[in-house]
Amino acid sequence: MFRATLKSLLARKVRLILSGLAVVLGVMFVSGAFVLTDTLGRSFDSVFADGFSEIDVNVAAKPKVQVNEMEGEQTVAPLPAALVDRVKQVPGAASATGVVNADGARVIGSNGKVVTSFGPPQLGENWTGESELLKLREGRAPQAEDEIVINKALATAAKVQVGQKVGVLTAFESKKRDFTLVGVFGYSGDRDSIGGVNEVFFTTPVAQRLMLGEPDVFSSITVQAADGVSDEKLRDDVARTLGADFEVKTGEQVAADASASLKEGLSFFNKILLGFAAVALLVGTFLILNTFSIIVAQRTRELALMRAIGASGRQIIGSVVLEAIAVGLIASVLGLAAGIGVGALLAFLFGKLAGGLTLAGIGVPAAAVIGSFAVGLVITVVAALLPALRASRIPPIAAMQDVATPDRPLTKITVAGSLVTGIGAVLLFLGLSGNAGGQTLSTILGGVLFAFIGVALLTPLISKPVVSLLGAIFSWSVPGKLGRLNSGRNPRRTAITAAALMVGIALVTGVTVILDSAKGSISALAQDTIKAELVIAGQQGGPRPPTFDPGVLDQAKALPGVRLVDGEYGDMARIDGEGTWVAASSDIASLRQIFGAKPTAGDIDRLGPTQMLASSDTATSRGWSVGSTVNVQLTRGEARTYTISGIYESSQLTNPVTLPVTAAKDFAIPQPIQGFIQLDPGTRVSDVQPQVEALLADSPEVSVADRDAFIKQQTSSLDGLLTMIQILLALAIVIAVLGIINTLALSVLERTRELGLLRAIGLRRSQTMGMITVEAVVISVFGALLGVVVGTGLGAAVVEALKDEGITDLILPWGQMGVFLGLAAIIGVVAAVLPAVRAARINVLGAIAHD
Amino acid sequence: MTATVGQQAQAAARANDVWKVYGSGEAQVVALRGVSAEFERGRFTAIMGPSGSGKSTLMHCLAGLDSVTRGTVSIGETTVTGLGDAGLTKLRRDKVGFIFQQFNLLPTLTAKENILLPLSIAGRKPDPAWYDTVIETVGLKDRLDHRPAQLSGGQQQRVACARALVSRPEVIFADEPTGNLDSRSGAEVLNFLRDSVREHGQTIVMVTHDPTAAAYADRVVFLADGEIVSELIEPTAETVLDTMKKLDTAAEVGN
Repeated sequence: MFRATLKSLLARKVRLILSGLAVVLGVMFVSGAFVLTDTLGRSFDSVFADGFSEIDVNVAAKPKVQVNEMEGEQTVAPLPAALVDRVKQVPGAASATGVVNADGARVIGSNGKVVTSFGPPQLGENWTGESELLKLREGRAPQAEDEIVINKALATAAKVQVGQKVGVLTAFESKKRDFTLVGVFGYSGDRDSIGGVNEVFFTTPVAQRLMLGEPDVFSSITVQAADGVSDEKLRDDVARTLGADFEVKTGEQVAADASASLKEGLSFFNKILLGFAAVALLVGTFLILNTFSIIVAQRTRELALMRAIGASGRQIIGSVVLEAIAVGLIASVLGLAAGIGVGALLAFLFGKLAGGLTLAGIGVPAAAVIGSFAVGLVITVVAALLPALRASRIPPIAAMQDVATPDRPLTKITVAGSLVTGIGAVLLFLGLSGNAGGQTLSTILGGVLFAFIGVALLTPLISKPVVSLLGAIFSWSVPGKLGRLNSGRNPRRTAITAAALMVGIALVTGVTVILDSAKGSISALAQDTIKAELVIAGQQGGPRPPTFDPGVLDQAKALPGVRLVDGEYGDMARIDGEGTWVAASSDIASLRQIFGAKPTAGDIDRLGPTQMLASSDTATSRGWSVGSTVNVQLTRGEARTYTISGIYESSQLTNPVTLPVTAAKDFAIPQPIQGFIQLDPGTRVSDVQPQVEALLADSPEVSVADRDAFIKQQTSSLDGLLTMIQILLALAIVIAVLGIINTLALSVLERTRELGLLRAIGLRRSQTMGMITVEAVVISVFGALLGVVVGTGLGAAVVEALKDEGITDLILPWGQMGVFLGLAAIIGVVAAVLPAVRAARINVLGAIAHD
Repeated sequence: MTATVGQQAQAAARANDVWKVYGSGEAQVVALRGVSAEFERGRFTAIMGPSGSGKSTLMHCLAGLDSVTRGTVSIGETTVTGLGDAGLTKLRRDKVGFIFQQFNLLPTLTAKENILLPLSIAGRKPDPAWYDTVIETVGLKDRLDHRPAQLSGGQQQRVACARALVSRPEVIFADEPTGNLDSRSGAEVLNFLRDSVREHGQTIVMVTHDPTAAAYADRVVFLADGEIVSELIEPTAETVLDTMKKLDTAAEVGN
């Protein structure tokens, strides 16, 4: 039996390769995701290990507000300079150095634009001399107030040379300040940057003032251990001396912690990639199921013969499953290998993008290997199980009869499909209405999965009318008509092939519906409620949002025709111990006049220095009312008590909490992030815009735009997201195309005689190809049509569920849907090429003479 | 064989010193050894011979389904030898009709659609009078909307015959048309083929190994070992059988 299985496997190489390819692609995604995140993770490890290699023990103040990776950057609280001397006196400490090290030192390049790092921080630091790690390549150390040195990669990116004047924006001064570049440095191992981080070194007092906002403070203290003192002992001694208010860690610990927070982001990324792998594999499952079904159908005579000569039903199942295992194994190995390649390539690209992240060696984590084989094998075997069962039910008599595959009734499959679709709908309803009891995401995903499988089961029933309707377009020509008839010939096969394409298209359509609706709703809301003709904002290129000089606000206010100017600040604060996003407006009147806020209690037109406003949702959930007092800890400074003086109605445009603008100096970013300018009625926007533009000359990170351009810019991040999702889902569509090719190739094989006859009675080669192409196009357009319908349904359901979150408008992307259908037609044509060529090449005589 | 110019104009299909060799070296098989034959217009010719005699090969070569190693084949005014795929397709479309042992109908099309398929592929409309005549002759009037799966073997073969006839080809090649039929259905089909020759002047070349079937023809050409060895005009089943027996004996003696 084993030998027979192996033989039949070899005889069916081509079609198994095609279906195996689907598994290979899915597995590739899985192993690629693991390899990529593992490699990047270890690269970050080594970057940080390097960056902190010279530190034995590091002392820092406990952060006042803990911020996670998703909320933004952690800002450390400053340490008093006097602490350095206390640390020095700890026995076992050879030396202690006060270090200024904070994000937000942005160098303006020779083109007048701020150099961005695309992710890694842009550190502003105090020069404490060269070290093993850091060596000057040119020039000298900064000595005067207006002197800086920067790392080589930054100098290259900014196109500046030693001796030139260089503009720098700093954490506490968003107005450009000019420095003389006196030196350029590099790192050990001839590196120009470590992990794409940009570094600017000032003299210590300048660094303190511009990066930390006050004199005589440091971000941290690095301690060197005396000979014979271990890092751990020194750490414990320092910690004991300083007390519980400080975080004292060894250099290794600091490196590990820094790396861990980045890895958290990576693992999130990994999960997203695995999600897409799951989609690809779902589509692959359809493809394998189809291939094995066809193979079993074609082997009916052979399998029946086996039964007739004594093979048991179980042996038949065994032989089909064995085939599946072989295919799964080979596909897993290939997928794993391809995944390692893809993972390495992506890591390389990521390294390039992140400004030259030095990659650790490409590693293959155990998870990649286990995941690949588990997924590859399980998917293939599960998909082959149904066909195997069908094979075992072939009666031995079938060996003696004509190979007739009667049209089995679709009742059972339709009932099952309705049931599964129903389960999917119920799950979706539960998940989307928030009744899933903490399992919202998995309930929704389960619902989507069930819905897909259910619709796939219903597809054979739908396929008959839809396919003949679609095909009618082509019926004007004989090959077109024949193609149409062929695609309606085996509704199950057509259905599964189309269903595979449906999954990808449905997801893309669904996501497009959701994002377009979100975009449309936000735009509509902004259009309706933001009453500002001009907006000052910039494109965020790293962890830190672009800022501008608050002085611009007053200057703009003084321009003729300007009625109201508001600068918006924001920070992650701890209010009564709970992390909360707080905002501050430079002019509190803007709340009503620009953002259309409506008071629900108290007074929202005034705000005293110890008063604050809250949105109605926040007030309700936190149990606040006018007169409540709360304890607010901002990123910097001491905790303060504020009294709630007013509550405004929540909308998409209101912040949870609004603090007086005087509090903004203690925000992590003490400069305004956005500015809104309202003009007097009758004032032309084009008159004011250039004047504001001129005011922003020293704030090159931002620009002033009219409201529509601003809204477009704000929602453009959604476009990027959409494009990314579409690219990732394209893989699922590629697999579906493989499915179409496979189905057609098998059909051509099955219909050799027929094709021979058609050629014998005068069908031209081109007409033969046309016939196959029509069949492919009908199948793929049918799949896309299903996908668009199902996707729109899913998207609309999600949008409906998000009504309370502000997505109020259901926007259907008709244009996109049209594009998908057009794309499906092209996909069909492309998928038909190989089978069509094969069909056209059929030897007429061979086809007819063949028995 | 010698032939006058007048006879040449009469021939619907002609083979001139046709050789067909498969393989090379040790594995070389010579299927046809310089066969020359003419198939006159308006006649029903049967090609007979024991299996392996080359009769099917000769028909395939005549119909342009297979290429010849040497010699020339022509149908009507057209020289088949040397035609490319497009030329052959046009030839098959316009001048040749086929009837196969396996019926070879398209399962997705109705009987009527199958019959009209060659014409629709060529983009031609059937001559309504001729179409009615054909349908009447094959006796399928009430079966036209059935699909092949709903027809008996004999009915399917009659559909295939109608398909070959409806485009009025220069010549119809029939390859063992009764091989898959019971004797009654077979007789029906053969009668029908003979009638189409006698009443409508159709030219038919039929390959068969069944003497009873060959007896329906106007002329029988006998092939053995790739050569034409004998010929009968106005054959009967008995004379055909006798000739076959002689050929077998000759073959045995030769062995």
